[in-house]
Amino acid sequence: MAEKLLEVKNLRTEFKREKSTVTAVNDVSFSIDKGEVLGLVGESGCGKSVTSLSIMGLLLDTSGKVTNGEVLLDGQDLLKLSKKEMRSIRGRKMSMIFQNPMSSLNPCMRVERQITEAILLHNKFSKEQAHKRAYDVLKSVGIPDPDTTLRSYPHQLSGGMSQRVMIAMALSCEPDLMIADEPTTALDVTIQAQILELMLQIKEERNSGILLITHDLGVVAEMCSRVIVMYAGRIVEEAPVKELFADPIHPYTNGLIASVPKIGSGVKKLPAIPGSVPDLSVMPKGCKFAPRCKYATEKCRQEEPKLQYLPGSTTRKIRCHVFNRAKEGGEQA
Amino acid sequence: MSKPLVSVKHAVKTFQVNKGMFSEKKYVHAVNDVSFDIQAGETFSLVGESGCGKSTTGRLINHILVPDSGEVWFDGTDISKYNEKQMRPLRKDIQMIFQDPYGALNPRIKIQDQIAEPLLIHTNMSAGERLKKVHELLGVVGLNPMHGERYPHEFSGGQLQRVGIARALTVNPKLIIADEPVSALDVSIQAQVLNLMQDLQEEYNLTYLFISHDLSVVEMISDRIGVMYLGTIVETAPKAELYQNPRHPYTQALLSAVPIPDPTHEKNRITLKGDLPSPVNPPKGCLFHTRCPHCTDKCKAERPEFRTVGKDHVVKCHYAEKF
Repeated sequence: MAEKLLEVKNLRTEFKREKSTVTAVNDVSFSIDKGEVLGLVGESGCGKSVTSLSIMGLLLDTSGKVTNGEVLLDGQDLLKLSKKEMRSIRGRKMSMIFQNPMSSLNPCMRVERQITEAILLHNKFSKEQAHKRAYDVLKSVGIPDPDTTLRSYPHQLSGGMSQRVMIAMALSCEPDLMIADEPTTALDVTIQAQILELMLQIKEERNSGILLITHDLGVVAEMCSRVIVMYAGRIVEEAPVKELFADPIHPYTNGLIASVPKIGSGVKKLPAIPGSVPDLSVMPKGCKFAPRCKYATEKCRQEEPKLQYLPGSTTRKIRCHVFNRAKEGGEQA
Repeated sequence: MSKPLVSVKHAVKTFQVNKGMFSEKKYVHAVNDVSFDIQAGETFSLVGESGCGKSTTGRLINHILVPDSGEVWFDGTDISKYNEKQMRPLRKDIQMIFQDPYGALNPRIKIQDQIAEPLLIHTNMSAGERLKKVHELLGVVGLNPMHGERYPHEFSGGQLQRVGIARALTVNPKLIIADEPVSALDVSIQAQVLNLMQDLQEEYNLTYLFISHDLSVVEMISDRIGVMYLGTIVETAPKAELYQNPRHPYTQALLSAVPIPDPTHEKNRITLKGDLPSPVNPPKGCLFHTRCPHCTDKCKAERPEFRTVGKDHVVKCHYAEKF
């Protein structure tokens, strides 16, 4: 059994609105082993990014608050740490790669200062040592001329280059866990291919764990070993990647995979999921997917199903009352 | 073959980038010798990465931009030299669907009034007739006539894109230019909108120019596809031909870079080295030679012309037959 790196237990995050609170993440539990890439997929507004921000403790400046649960990194509960203690963990033990590299870098600072900032904070390095580390780490993410890049400002870099700089920053203190929130969504496919390859290579070299948040099922299929599917702030399905794509059980996962156009399939019409994602403030009672689900029963509309292991499996979890019927229906269709 | 609805011939569009009084003038070569035809009733797609000039090409066709040189023919006439007044009656024949449906609608005007606006300009329908037409179209795109009373912020992204489509349909256009119509939408909603666009094409015999960076979406909706790189079309082919038998090294790399949602799929990836060259300073010779895995001296010196490699399949590469 591989070593558990991160364990999230019953995480619940709420956002205060003027009069009410909305729950963006509800009862989310999962774990990541060392050297594993865990995919977190779902559509916009399903709570994927809030989950990552909760883990990183980056919700302080928002109206959001983690109200329940534990986030254990190497056995240490991050939610109980003070701001100062958290600061010594962020960047050193875990780091984050954001979606939009252009807006995540400081436009008024040269790349060198931005990278060495974290290095100097977490290590007792001299300026020269920090420069050396920054140079090495840029080299390792495939930047051909690190000296020029170190001297440039973010606007002088292309999208792919700035994303490499972001990854270099995340790597500079050799963290055990990397959280990548849509790391390639803003990039073109040929550049995306380069970045994904780079992330896998880094994972191999350092045996670090990656939490990959994305809406792109193609990226998930290529990168991850296990996948969590989120819908309306909840985990609806968890499975090893091959099983998930070969045999998606939850009606939402099924619909999601079916509605992605696949190259070379020659399909003209896609089976779409009717309706749209529910508003977090007016959640349906019962199963949150029931209004869009073709298998929904009265029970689904009244009572929310629990996330439980699929009978006979130790790796697959599912939150659905009617998965047996959905499975049969799925096979017929 | 019948006369094409749209015919772009050697279109060139450059934008000046520095406006300094003494410094040397620099130009972005946004569209650099683009030629293609669109037949009535078909879906022609332009694919390519950001900055390759797909959207600029779309704007040349609907006369928001005028080409520096080259011609744009629409329905049998060269419109590239038209002035605004001459263009106006043609505007109703060319409609657009935009990428960001929220940005394309006025937040302070009711949906039904925004959909009716083209009718106000191009027809002399009475207010009652216009409203009737709007309600009919809302039904066609899968919304409820009641929705007409609402404002844009009350809709989700997918619904707003339906509103955008309804507005484009009001004046029975001959051509619809859809610029990344689904890239801002979630996959489950994206499928709904793509299906709707295909249904409408059958029903109203529409012609689409579909602009997208997403090769899997393009495969689904297109009849013919043009692949753009750095302001020029490097390969044009019917859909099946392009996906099964891509001839340009860039098309091959682009296709191999798309992540396949199937973990058992065997990866056979051609990873391109480096970044896109700047369109201010496009490379000499073949535009792709700086990143091409098969580059030779000839590629560095000489810009290739289109070569025909199959029925309706043209490629801008010196070695098109070889690959």
